[in-house]
Amino acid sequence: MAMDVAEVERLIKEGLPDAEVHIEDLRGDGDHYAAYVASSSFEGLSRVKQHQLVYAALQGKMGTELHALALQTSVPEAT
Amino acid sequence: MNDNPVFERIETEINDSPVTLFMKGSPMFPQCGFSAAVVQSLTMLGVKFKGVDVLADGDIREGVKQYSQWPTIPQLYVKGEFVGGCDIIREMHESGELQKLLEDNGIELEPAQQ
Repeated sequence: MAMDVAEVERLIKEGLPDAEVHIEDLRGDGDHYAAYVASSSFEGLSRVKQHQLVYAALQGKMGTELHALALQTSVPEAT
Repeated sequence: MNDNPVFERIETEINDSPVTLFMKGSPMFPQCGFSAAVVQSLTMLGVKFKGVDVLADGDIREGVKQYSQWPTIPQLYVKGEFVGGCDIIREMHESGELQKLLEDNGIELEPAQQ
């Protein structure tokens, strides 16, 4: 019951194609990650909705295969 | 909203008390770091809240995830509205938004003496 960093990142990017994703493995057990996700699709959404978009990208693995994901979402500054 | 029988029980819980925390364990004895972190935020703000131990009730544990479309525990509800899980509550606490949300909902705060 674990996922590796690459798979977590791949799923998030598949669900949020424009996302900038940075993942940290908090404990090295494939079950506790921190993820920093920036995407313009978060624009105007509440934090709950932003996080729900990331969970949707993870296709039900959040809370099952992936026990803990400390998540921080943001909207990239206009460049 | 849905024919899931557990939703009624969940709604009773979240409407019974202004601040309800679905958590693992109890406020006195949290059984998970994430649940403990939210209990700490609420305690620091001096908020009276009801803890619902999802470890004691498998139906509630799974039902609340569907109810709020949120895959993890803990889950905080204020005046029947889902506010967030551990990450969001920590961010809101640090930014002062949590205190404002509670005050805006007329919830009494007795911040712990620092």
